[in-house]
Amino acid sequence: MKKALAQQLDSINEYEREPVPSSKLKGLKSFIGMYAGEHIAGTEFVIGPLFVIHGVSASDLLLGLLAGNLLAVLSWALLCAPIAVKARLTLYYQLEKICGRYLVSGYNIVNALMFCFLAGSMIAVSATAVGIPFDIAMPGLDDWYPNSVRWIVTVLFVGMVITAVAILGYEQISKFANVCAPWMVLIFIAAAFAVMPDLGITSIGSFWEVAQTKIWTGVPVEGYSKFTFWHVTFFAWFANAAMHIGMGDLSILRYAKKWYHGFASVTGMFIGHVLAWVSSGILCAAAGGEIPPGPIAYSSAGIAGAMCVMIAGWTTANPTIYRAGLAVQSIVPQVKRWKVTLLVGLVTTIAAFFPALVMRLLDFVALYGLLLMPMGAIIFIDFYVIPKLNLKSNYASVTNSSFNVAAGVTWVATLLFCLFLNFYQGIEIFFLGLPGWFVAAALYIILSKLYQRKVVDQPAVAVSASGLKKVEY
Amino acid sequence: MQTILKLLSLIGLVLTVVPSFLVFAGIIELSFHKTLMFIGTLLWFSTAPFWMNKQKQQLKPATVDNAV
Repeated sequence: MKKALAQQLDSINEYEREPVPSSKLKGLKSFIGMYAGEHIAGTEFVIGPLFVIHGVSASDLLLGLLAGNLLAVLSWALLCAPIAVKARLTLYYQLEKICGRYLVSGYNIVNALMFCFLAGSMIAVSATAVGIPFDIAMPGLDDWYPNSVRWIVTVLFVGMVITAVAILGYEQISKFANVCAPWMVLIFIAAAFAVMPDLGITSIGSFWEVAQTKIWTGVPVEGYSKFTFWHVTFFAWFANAAMHIGMGDLSILRYAKKWYHGFASVTGMFIGHVLAWVSSGILCAAAGGEIPPGPIAYSSAGIAGAMCVMIAGWTTANPTIYRAGLAVQSIVPQVKRWKVTLLVGLVTTIAAFFPALVMRLLDFVALYGLLLMPMGAIIFIDFYVIPKLNLKSNYASVTNSSFNVAAGVTWVATLLFCLFLNFYQGIEIFFLGLPGWFVAAALYIILSKLYQRKVVDQPAVAVSASGLKKVEY
Repeated sequence: MQTILKLLSLIGLVLTVVPSFLVFAGIIELSFHKTLMFIGTLLWFSTAPFWMNKQKQQLKPATVDNAV
């Protein structure tokens, strides 16, 4: 039986090192379900309350969420999806062709670690719901380390289940997200409506006044910085920077029939982020400023609320572990994906033991996007600009190089530039992604011009916007 | 059969969300809303996976694959 299971798992082909064949492409509906499921997530139960803790005002929150999420959707649809449907390669294989095996291995280690930590926070969120019937002491806002053995056991259990589902591959994840998405949206709406009377909201007309005075008061909790419209806008835009401007979703959108399927992200951004962050902020205020998502959802929506937190954690952690598995597998392609995913799930579960991942989620999410963003700029420039400058796209692949120095220096120098802005100019991490992207793009053009000048032309053909019909894999 | 399953799923979603509006309007208590919501959740998850996943499989026949 063990052998049969291993054979079955070995046979799951996710096209890690080849373009997705046309027979495997998916329609818009798959992506609507996928994005809705992924962004109506357990972490939304934490992000909404953290905005409340950071003292954002009601008007700044709503306007910032609208602006930031619109920019995020445009980033997916106009930057990431067009490249995904033309090349149809995973992010990791695309990067390997540009950067070379050594550099992309370094990038993938960072990437996989970030995905593990992110999925870890989602597992921890799920665990706050799973732990309710066992009366487990939940971590507080200032808890960074595991606070009990029972917390660790609960996280371990949740991590094992999520890893098992992730091992089964994209099809299973997509099906699971499709079923959960409509129900989760309604749970968020229902939970928020149900607690409104407790806050003094008894009619639609009284919502705005209570929102300003009791929910998003504009006054941060002591020890936390004050958030403005700009914080909310940039956080909402770059919360998934690694996925859109960082091109992480090349691995998902390569299955799309058309580039405009990137607009499916609108379900995740506006139903997921806007609605869920507003709802969870209301739940947090009604629970007297509590943060652990399980108990606040349970108090407003009972068992269904706790189930929602648990499942919301799953639907986000699953594709994140899947992506982390792809990242690691590109370093060790000879190892089967399910074995890699098993390892990734273990690391993720260990990371989930630490509540700091949840309580410092805003900073972590911003850091994660920032670290991976420069490579997205490199892919964009390599695809659209480099061929127009009579330089070679997919430079490492074309020259059989293991390390594209131009890309490596661009990545490190961009991060050093962002570090400089953060440490010496006092610019908060949420605002570094935008200047960082342009710095990375400019650096890669300049450095490629200098670096490729030395190389003798070779007859190989690259995948690029101008040469798609000549693709050789 | 599919129609019945879809109808039950819809009832599940209605039971999930409508009671909260009734709490908001002061018509029912929070505890009753939680019970109805749980029943709606059970109804959704016991019916939706069958017709949703079946519909998904129908999107991928070989004829469509070959047309691309």
